[in-house]
Formats: sequence, C-alpha cells, structure tokens
Amino acid sequence: MDFKSGEELLALCRQENCPVSQIMRLRECTQGEASPQEVEERMSQVWNIMVGSAREPLENSLRSMGGLIGGEAQKLAAHDAQNQGICGPVLEKAITYAMAVLEVNASMGLIVAAPTAGSAGVVPGLLLALQETYDLPDSRMADALFNCGAIGYLAMRNATVAGAVGGCQAEIGVAAAMAASAAVELMGGTPEQCLTAASTVLMNMLGLVCDPVGGLVEYPCQSRNAAGAANALIAAEMALSGIKQLIPLDEMLQTMYRVGRKIPVELRETALGGCAAAPSACRRCSGCNS
Amino acid sequence: MSFISVFDVLGPNMIGPSSSHTAGAVEIARLAQKLVEPPLKQVEFTLYGSFAQTYHGHGTDRALLGGIMGFSTDDLRIRDSFQIARDRGLDFAFIPNETETEIHPNTVDIRMVNEAGQTMTVRGESLGGGKVRITRINGMRVEFTGEYASVITEHQDKPGVVAHITRVLSDWNVNIAFMRLYREGKNDTAYCIVESDGRLPEGISDQLKANPYIHNVMVVQP
Repeated sequence: MDFKSGEELLALCRQENCPVSQIMRLRECTQGEASPQEVEERMSQVWNIMVGSAREPLENSLRSMGGLIGGEAQKLAAHDAQNQGICGPVLEKAITYAMAVLEVNASMGLIVAAPTAGSAGVVPGLLLALQETYDLPDSRMADALFNCGAIGYLAMRNATVAGAVGGCQAEIGVAAAMAASAAVELMGGTPEQCLTAASTVLMNMLGLVCDPVGGLVEYPCQSRNAAGAANALIAAEMALSGIKQLIPLDEMLQTMYRVGRKIPVELRETALGGCAAAPSACRRCSGCNS
Repeated sequence: MSFISVFDVLGPNMIGPSSSHTAGAVEIARLAQKLVEPPLKQVEFTLYGSFAQTYHGHGTDRALLGGIMGFSTDDLRIRDSFQIARDRGLDFAFIPNETETEIHPNTVDIRMVNEAGQTMTVRGESLGGGKVRITRINGMRVEFTGEYASVITEHQDKPGVVAHITRVLSDWNVNIAFMRLYREGKNDTAYCIVESDGRLPEGISDQLKANPYIHNVMVVQP
C-alpha cells in the first residue's frame, strides 16, 4: 500500500472505500519499520506533545531565546475570556494555540515539528480548537494526524517543506494545507474535499517568503502560524461547502515548488530581506552590524 | 528514494526552536559521541556558517552539548545542558568560525577527548528537518547518517581487511545495505563504513578487531 501523488491517494481511497487517514495508516504499517501497535503509540505521543505545547504558555508565560516574542497566547486568551473576540470560537482557539506552540518552541520547549519547527503551531492549533469545540475523542485526532501526514508526505516527496528552499509557503503553507485537509476529514468531508482544501491553502499562501528577524524562529514566524491556521480553516470551510478548485493538489504542489525556487535567496531563511531587513527589525536584532 | 514516514512529517519530537539548528545539532553530537569510548573528558565545538552566526539564539550550543552527553532531540535536559556538563566534569568550549565559507552552512567540527586520552574529531552537517550526516572523521572525508545500524572500522589499507569485515558480518547473518571505503593513501589509514538493516549484534566489534590491521571499531546502533 503506497502512493506517490494525490491522484494515486484518491484512487486508493475510492478502491478501499476509506478516508485519507486510513490509507496513510496502512502505508505506514506496510512500508515502515514499526508494528501497527508502535505506530499508534507513537502517534498518540505526537498528539500528547502537541496538546502540551499548545496549552503550556496559557499557564506560564514563556520568554523566547531571542527575546522577540513571549506572552502573545495569554493576551489572546484573555481577550477571548472577556468575550471580546471577533473571530468566533474555533478560530480564536486555533490562533491562540498556534501562537502558543511557537512560544514553547522559541523558549526551548518540547514540540513536534509539523512539518517543521517554525510551522509547528498550525496543525495542533486548528486540530485542538476543533477537538475542544466539537468534543471529539482522541481516536479521531489520531485519524486527523494521519490525514495531515499524507499531505505533508506528498509535499516532502514531490515539492519541499524547507524554508531555505521554498520560502514560508513551503513551511507554514504546507502545515496549513495539512491542517485544512485534516479538518475536512474530521468534520465529515470526503477524500476529494480534503485534497481540495489542501490545494486551496497552497494557492492562497503562494509566494510567501521566509524572512525571520535575526535568523531566529520567532518573528514573523509566530504570527504567520496564526495566519496559517486561519487559512486552513477558510479552505476547509470552502471545501466542505462543495466549492471545487480548478487546480488539483498535485499541480498546486508543483506550482508552489516552482515559485519557491524563483524566490530570491535573500527571502529564503537567510534573514537578508523582507521583514528581517526592515529598519525596526534591524534595530531589535544584534545579528549583524550593517 | 528512501521511505518518508508519517513521523518524518509529524516529527521529530524535539526541543525547539529549529529542526536544523537545534534538533539537527543534537543529532550530530549524539552520533559523534557514539564513536568514542565513554566517558568524555573534554569537547570542543567549532561552528561554521549559519551555525556560527546564529548559534546562541537557536540554542545550538546547548543542543550540541546535550547531544554529546547522549540526550535525544526531545530531552528537556537540553535546556540545562551547560550546568549538567559542569556537574559531570565535562570541559566544553564553542568556537565560532566565520572566516571559512566554502562549507555547508550548518556545519560543526567536534573534537572529543575521553578519560583514556583518546582524541577524535568528527565533522557533521545539519541538512534540515532534523536530518544530519557525518562528513569527516579525524579529517578523513566519509559519509554516514546514523539512520542505519553502522559499523565503522579504522584500519590500515592492506589486502584482506575488507574480506575479514564482510566474513564477520556474514557469520553474524548481518545484511549489508551500503558499504563504503575511504583511505588517506596506499598502505595508509583507511576507514570502512558498513550500514546494515536492523540492529547489529553485540560482540561483533571484538571479532572485527581480531584482524591485526584493524585498529579501531565503532558500532552505531540506530
């Protein structure tokens, strides 16, 4: 059981009459080294770490190594607690948790790279928000993570998830595509709708550059994780409503990859351009003397 | 193309902030210390490229030191690795080298000295996503990733050494996945790296050392 493209994945879903998550699970158990029981245990550990990293900063405010971020998740949670939120419950939670995970990451806490450390907030952010809002059991969250894994695997195999290669669109863009697809499956959508949602995200985040201030995984990364969660939610909603996209996921991954390679090197994780080169950012950073 | 697991996508489970600058640094150092008989007494890290420029903000220094003490990428002790190293009596130093530019951007040279006085220098590169490779041992260009169980021999370039290595592996029913040879020159110091499936049996090291030309055997389990 294996697939090399979104098209092959959908064919397997139709053939086996099962969701994306189940195909990815079977792939892991038949192609990987670990036993089915080990695979389930490892995935449950992934979820536990994700939940821990999404909640910890709400209890203890964390200061980042580079000093550029810290306390944002608490601010959002307090704003929401006063019923002043304007995003609605799912998105409010999602952006709070997404930013929280980046606080944990930037303060040398324990996270799961999903698919990278800099984009680690998007998947737990949206999935935990959906779990809490719709009271979903952990077994369903494991399904959602396997679904995420299928999209991320296709991106790693057929494009890239490295900011240094493809910019932020390859990191947070792919993370949001994973989260969108998983959200669709969680909320009862079809495999086709999952891939449509992933494709929608990549289209909407196409061209996003990677320009971390001081070269650190803090700013604007944290804010963009919240944006990624929002993009994922929008795309999932569109797909669930039956909106189709002109460009299928496989083509969108290729498009993202091609655009990524055309992004100048200054805007691919080198901290030489974009936000990193803005005067205010340079004043806050002791990374160079220019 | 090697298998991409769902845990390559959702993983590694790691101490932040960067899969290349933190988790990758842990992995390189953890691999390096497996090549030396413990306990270590002294370690010196020379950092190149992006490692040299941004190591402090990424906790690369703490990550390297944690890895050298055998911590894995998800070990929270990495945060306190300076103090833990001091408590263990391990001397450590970090030397940023920003002049050498003809090098992979995330590279570190690790010079280790153990209690017995043995010295070894290992160069590692962090490739992104927590993936790493070792590219030099004691100045010799080599390549291995530690993803497979690996045997590394340091020997004299003489006829029969490789035959001895493959015979021992065959006796233990070890399936060779990849095998590479490196030498400084004819009759000079050479290295053989064998990567295999599964775990390597205990005791394989002693049998390999039975050949008089094999000076050192390092076994790295996955």
